[in-house]
Amino acid sequence: MIHVVKRKEMPFAQAMAIRFGIIAIALTVCGVITALTTGLNPIAVYGTMIQGSFGSPRKVWILLQEVALLLCVSLALTPAFRMKFWNLGGEGQVLAGGLASAACMILLGDKVPNAVLILLMFVTSLAAGALWAAIPAFFKAKFNTNETLFTLMMNYVATQLVAFFVIVWENPKGSGTVGIINQSSEAGWLPVIAGNKYMLIVILVALLTAGMYVYLNYSKQGYELSVVGESPSTARYVGIKVSGVIVRTLIISGAICGFAGMLLVGGSAHTLTTSIAAGRGFTAVMVAWLAKFNPAVMVGSSFLLEFMGYGAGEIATTYGLNQSFGDILTGIILFFIIGTEFFITYRIVFSHKERGVVEE
Amino acid sequence: MHGKQPAVSLRNISKSFGPIQANNDVSLDIYRGEVLALLGENGSGKTTLMNMLSGIYYPDTGQILMDGKPVSIGSPKDAFDHGVGMIHQHFKLVNVFTATENIVLGLKDEGGFDLKAAAAKVKKICDDYGFDVDPNQKVYDMSVSQKQTVEIVKLLYRGAEILILDEPTAVLTPQETDKLFAVLRNMRDDGKTIVIITHKLTEVKELSDRVVVLRKGEYVGEMVTAEATTQEMTNMMVGRQVTLNIDRPDPEMKYRMERIRVKNLTIKNREGVTKLDNVSFSAYTGEILGIAGISGSGQKELLEAIAGLQTVESGSIEYNVDNEQVEQLIGMDPLKIAGMGVVLSFVPEDRLGMGLVGSMDLTDNMMLRSFRNGLSPLTDRKEPRHLAELVVDELEVNTPGVDTPVSKLSGGNVQKVLVGREIAAAPTVLLSAYAVRGLDVNSSYLIYDLLNRQKGNGVAVIYVGEDLDVLLELCDRILVLCGGKVSGIVDGRTTTKNEVGLMMTKLGGGEER
Amino acid sequence: MFDFIISFIPRAVAQGIPLLYGCTGEIITEKSGNLNLGIPGVMYVGGICGVIGSFLYERTLGGAPINPALGILIPLISCIVGSMLMGLIYCFLTVTLRANQNVTGLAMTTFGIGLGNFFGGSLIKLTGADIPSISLTATSNLFRTTLPFAGSTGWFGQVFFSYGFLAYVAILIAIGASFCLNRTRIGLQLRAVGENPATADAAGISITRYKYVATCAGCVIAGLGGLYFVMDYANGIWSNDAFGDRGWLAIALVIFTIWRPAASIPASILFGGLYILHLFIPTGTDLAVKELYKMLPYIVTIVVLVLTSLRNKRENQPPESLGLPYFREDR
Repeated sequence: MIHVVKRKEMPFAQAMAIRFGIIAIALTVCGVITALTTGLNPIAVYGTMIQGSFGSPRKVWILLQEVALLLCVSLALTPAFRMKFWNLGGEGQVLAGGLASAACMILLGDKVPNAVLILLMFVTSLAAGALWAAIPAFFKAKFNTNETLFTLMMNYVATQLVAFFVIVWENPKGSGTVGIINQSSEAGWLPVIAGNKYMLIVILVALLTAGMYVYLNYSKQGYELSVVGESPSTARYVGIKVSGVIVRTLIISGAICGFAGMLLVGGSAHTLTTSIAAGRGFTAVMVAWLAKFNPAVMVGSSFLLEFMGYGAGEIATTYGLNQSFGDILTGIILFFIIGTEFFITYRIVFSHKERGVVEE
Repeated sequence: MHGKQPAVSLRNISKSFGPIQANNDVSLDIYRGEVLALLGENGSGKTTLMNMLSGIYYPDTGQILMDGKPVSIGSPKDAFDHGVGMIHQHFKLVNVFTATENIVLGLKDEGGFDLKAAAAKVKKICDDYGFDVDPNQKVYDMSVSQKQTVEIVKLLYRGAEILILDEPTAVLTPQETDKLFAVLRNMRDDGKTIVIITHKLTEVKELSDRVVVLRKGEYVGEMVTAEATTQEMTNMMVGRQVTLNIDRPDPEMKYRMERIRVKNLTIKNREGVTKLDNVSFSAYTGEILGIAGISGSGQKELLEAIAGLQTVESGSIEYNVDNEQVEQLIGMDPLKIAGMGVVLSFVPEDRLGMGLVGSMDLTDNMMLRSFRNGLSPLTDRKEPRHLAELVVDELEVNTPGVDTPVSKLSGGNVQKVLVGREIAAAPTVLLSAYAVRGLDVNSSYLIYDLLNRQKGNGVAVIYVGEDLDVLLELCDRILVLCGGKVSGIVDGRTTTKNEVGLMMTKLGGGEER
Repeated sequence: MFDFIISFIPRAVAQGIPLLYGCTGEIITEKSGNLNLGIPGVMYVGGICGVIGSFLYERTLGGAPINPALGILIPLISCIVGSMLMGLIYCFLTVTLRANQNVTGLAMTTFGIGLGNFFGGSLIKLTGADIPSISLTATSNLFRTTLPFAGSTGWFGQVFFSYGFLAYVAILIAIGASFCLNRTRIGLQLRAVGENPATADAAGISITRYKYVATCAGCVIAGLGGLYFVMDYANGIWSNDAFGDRGWLAIALVIFTIWRPAASIPASILFGGLYILHLFIPTGTDLAVKELYKMLPYIVTIVVLVLTSLRNKRENQPPESLGLPYFREDR
């Protein structure tokens, strides 16, 4: 017979060793699967993956920018998750922010100075993202409406709203896209610093990471939302207004998603499509969860997932596979990591049934 | 009785949960046709031990024998197959199911699935024993004692041979207890084996044939009930000669003033059931006002109303700042109450669910009430850390350090942390609910002592308790609740256990105020 | 108007059937206390596995006429096996290893959609065709065979008989699930597991077994929805991402129906109708407005979510332990 019992606390070093070991195993499995699919030797597979991510300075910068964007959305979701509010609406909140930015760029592009325009983009994107998150938060706080599904549905409402405006702002007419916004004037494009167009986003998100770390661990609001997440009745007992904290936290969460939307539209893509969030709202859930909602660790987990995505993408391109190959590898790695926590929290005990005596 | 083959033998059973050793090398025998009382203080490992017999837990080491043969009970189903059934303190019932659905749950009758036939059989069992249960009533519509009845019918329906009852009387009125004991005696006379887990000596005396005593997870001895005295059992249970002798200083009459005045307070819960009905009383500075009553008589609602956590139907709760200034507490939340300068401390019943945050460390729990202090948007952890260290020192909290999550501490230490924080606020009113539940004797006395010191400082202490002996020795006055109504307020020094017990079950008796 | 209804209903039904499969599957899963957000991925996997099976089979034929029994059984069995494997992954992680259900579900959805699109894309490459899709016409014709009297009974036949067999299977499964949940011992025990696993455990019910079986059965049923979509609704044409967000709508339907499979039959047809309503609303040349109409199913779901949270009836609440792992020795 097999029994599962809770471990006495596992030393941190051992737990980390297990986690890294599992990631290594998962990478090996991915390598073997890729080798079987492509007929290559696994070493070459890893080589290709590293090549895809770090092959040239430009590739490194693109990877860093993508890590930053994913990290930004993950940071956005984290306060909500710490409060045990399952915000699966990152996708829609990013879209809402992106939509607001695009609206400013298209409608006001040639009417106001660039600095004012960017400021307006910043304000409206944050507000749009915040609104998109505050709606489900309000109903959660007021009527305990299931937030998981509410935020999920808000994603699709946002998608259709963007689809609507993409047709309204079609450029050129009949193309079904808005094209590159303000291509000639570059109005509303975030500034290029030090001659590197990826740098700004990386710096902004790095600052955001530090800020979020402080907010969650050292601020009064961060403390409040942890108490609400861990025990709403304790929060009420000490006079914390639970519904107020829920709405406030989701406004912050949504606003940062909106900020990510602005970075995407104004900083990297310079266009608006329904798929501009590119699943980051969902991937970010896993990034945040893998890092146990710790912003510092999230740098690592978002790097891991982006690296996998890019590496697998490179494999797909090099060997003529479908781009979705990356999703499969990401899925496999996630399954491994998700399963790991069990071995850190519990241990397995074997016993012989006939004697009823337990041995370890 | 001895010399027979035991129905069940536990041999050298040990079980631990993380760092907590719940049972250590326990061996005992259970014989057919006896009522065995498993006696021990809260936290002595009685329930854990029986959970291993009923398949909820699996022993770390040791062996279980049934009729002399070793068995492995890996699941409740295994236990059923061996004829063992257990009624847990927290009922194992599905709320949205009817009584019948709960009773047949997990059974594999021959033939089709026929709820109507099952309901008829349930009805018959109920009629035979005089149980008041409608087979088609949903569990969420039932009272606590009805739920317990469903649990008993469940075991009877299954024809269990060995019945284990965990603290069955905790939620019952004396009348219901008498009825239960009568049923249990009948069942014993039928040849069934009954194990009753309890810490109440009167019940041991009244019902059991034999008593096994556990202390701190270990077997300490056993006696034939008829040959044992209450004193002997107490000594064995607590490990040394104790007389329940709580120090009770007289209130300082000089400074005595009315601090809290509750008038005609009525509270309904969300389902519209009246939990408190027209309750009026006063609490004075420098005294301990005890609140007695069967659990669920409105104690929780009363305290939460004073603390600003309950929606109130009607009535008023006044706080006397001094003899001129009076504040109304109804309609206030804890923050507003604190904002008025009222320092009101509250030690709630559900420590980890309400008073503390289990996953946070001692320091973070210390700042639950104070974290808003100061204008900075950031928290200051220096003061709370200092307070945590102070509480650990003064109250002898057994913890690896102030960075340990409180959920890792034992019940007594959790309570010390909570009481320590609440007292550190230097309150003018101290509300406490079941402050010593789950605590060992030493910790309990420490808590009594702390409460008395607060009383000496002129705090108005309200103490909700369940142990009448303690209430009678600790409190200056005792307010008795019965079904949400005040059945009387008596003087703690002159009243008797009998009088209070009577008032707990029916209205009247005792002087008004 | 009548003509409109006659042409609208069959299309609403055809849209509703994948939702019905997904919804029934998720209800059974949720009744065991597992909130499987991997259903969208599972439906992709169910679809692609059927496609792979029939693709390989059709290729071995090399022009010979298709054997009807094999033509149906091969994709059906591939679909069932694929979806079941997805269910097993989910159960192993959440039940055996007690992982977080939301995260596991999302990872399954990433994985499943990736798997579907990857194999879809790879098979497309194998065919060497220029169009980005696979066409399995012969198999699809088998799946689309309607009842023989569908054509001869006029509008009545069109509304009630004009569907392939998987549509009727969906309705039978929903009715069967409803009966099983409410009228059988297995259903009672399954509900107990989802409501209060500690109680069910104490009553001798194997929590692990019920969760595994219910979740895998739910995944298989949901996977059939994916198969129906590609083989019947899409005429045997697999194109990547064509299935879209129907999986999420199916999960939303579970709440809409308050965990009742019987109610999910009309509800999924209603949602199917909402999903295609934009095609029937005359908007002239204004294509943009159509995009707004496509919001309807999601907005309706949100309204229903809010309304169910306003109702306090005990029977209308989700299973009490939904989303929580069960560990007997937790304390």
